[in-house]
Amino acid sequence: MTLSATLKKRLKYFDLELSFTCPTGRMMVMIGPSGGGKTTVIRMLAGLEKPDDGRIIFGDEVWFDAGQYIHVPPQKRRLGYVFQDYTLFPNLNLYDNAAFAAVDKKEVDALFELFKIGHLKKRRPHMVSGGERQRCAICQALARHPRLLLLDEPFSALDVITRRGLREELKNLKGKLLCPVIYVTHDINEALFLADEILPVVDGKNDDGWLQRTITREPGSQAVSRGAREPRLSLVY
Amino acid sequence: MDYLALYVTIKLALVTTVVLMVIAAPIAYLLAYKHFPGKSFVEALIYLPMALPPTVIGFYLILLMGPRGWVGGIWESLTGESLLFTFLGITIASVIYSIPFAVQPMKSAFVKIDRRLLDAAYILGLSKRAAFLRVIIPNSVSGIAASAVLVFLHSIGAFGVLLMVGGSIPGQTKVASIAIYEAVEMMDYSAAGFLALSFIPISYAFLLLVNRLNEDSSI
Repeated sequence: MTLSATLKKRLKYFDLELSFTCPTGRMMVMIGPSGGGKTTVIRMLAGLEKPDDGRIIFGDEVWFDAGQYIHVPPQKRRLGYVFQDYTLFPNLNLYDNAAFAAVDKKEVDALFELFKIGHLKKRRPHMVSGGERQRCAICQALARHPRLLLLDEPFSALDVITRRGLREELKNLKGKLLCPVIYVTHDINEALFLADEILPVVDGKNDDGWLQRTITREPGSQAVSRGAREPRLSLVY
Repeated sequence: MDYLALYVTIKLALVTTVVLMVIAAPIAYLLAYKHFPGKSFVEALIYLPMALPPTVIGFYLILLMGPRGWVGGIWESLTGESLLFTFLGITIASVIYSIPFAVQPMKSAFVKIDRRLLDAAYILGLSKRAAFLRVIIPNSVSGIAASAVLVFLHSIGAFGVLLMVGGSIPGQTKVASIAIYEAVEMMDYSAAGFLALSFIPISYAFLLLVNRLNEDSSI
């Protein structure tokens, strides 16, 4: 299954205009400065917001088509969405959260073992650390057998050490996933580490030069030649 | 002591509370999550009973529920009986009298729920109704309980509205607050005193409960 999207939406400070495709098993990392419209793109893919114009096509299904007035609601898209924080249900323990929409509840135990939170099943979300909450959120998303996995800065509220650990785990997991994955971040290291493909988004538009400009000392045209020799990656931490 | 009046009071308060929880939940949901034209007018109308003198509410309810009134007329043509001076009549009056106290705390409990939780629920496949039952309600239990306790307390204290709509028929519409008033009028201070005294522990215990619930929800 391949996701392909052409999106247009008028936002408060700029117009969002993007088009991209992402095939099964690939991870596309959307990167760019905060406030550039990345989360809006994810919310449109999820069906939580409607683009003003464009199409979203998943495999042979049309999820959104402005011309034909097609808008498949989020309930019917069967996707996994991991938010930055606060999206586990506070009234349920971790196990019930992960099993909330599970296709097969037996898989939840295996997922909990994989993400090393098996001992926390009975805890409520406020009783565990941020990293453990996000592990559970990933389990919740995967247990639904998503056709498309959306990760919106899932680790950005975590400390550096936890973030690195989870990043590794996600990379190991990537090969086993049978769906397109879209990952949003503003952390360049994370993007370079995880991505099969990078889509820099600045003010709602694709800006391939942004990455180069950001990680190299020289502005503009010289960046391309010098970027490879003098990366400032360490500054990102 | 007039146990019958005390029984009618408790029965009325319980029925009012149960009925109002069912009615107020969808209203509070609409006010918390939906935008529609004239919303603030609707909201003010729902809170109006809180701002009106009980006798004014009672007066309009008599007009509405009397044999020539809109509601009372329909009821009489269906059942052949009057709605005024019956337990059903004072129940309707009590529900309208207490509706602001049911809707307001529920609405603020619903508003406090993070919208992203609802987004997450929709993405996980829940319809709006299922999200209401499985996400909103379980996460606003303390607000709902607070509204139930407030409605209960407000109903046991109702006097003017009930007197106008229901009069004082023992076992039917004579509630404890009316019994106290009548006992005092007949200079029977000991009867009034015992009834009055029985309210204090009930009300005090429930208020402690409300405070406890509010503390829980603020965590």
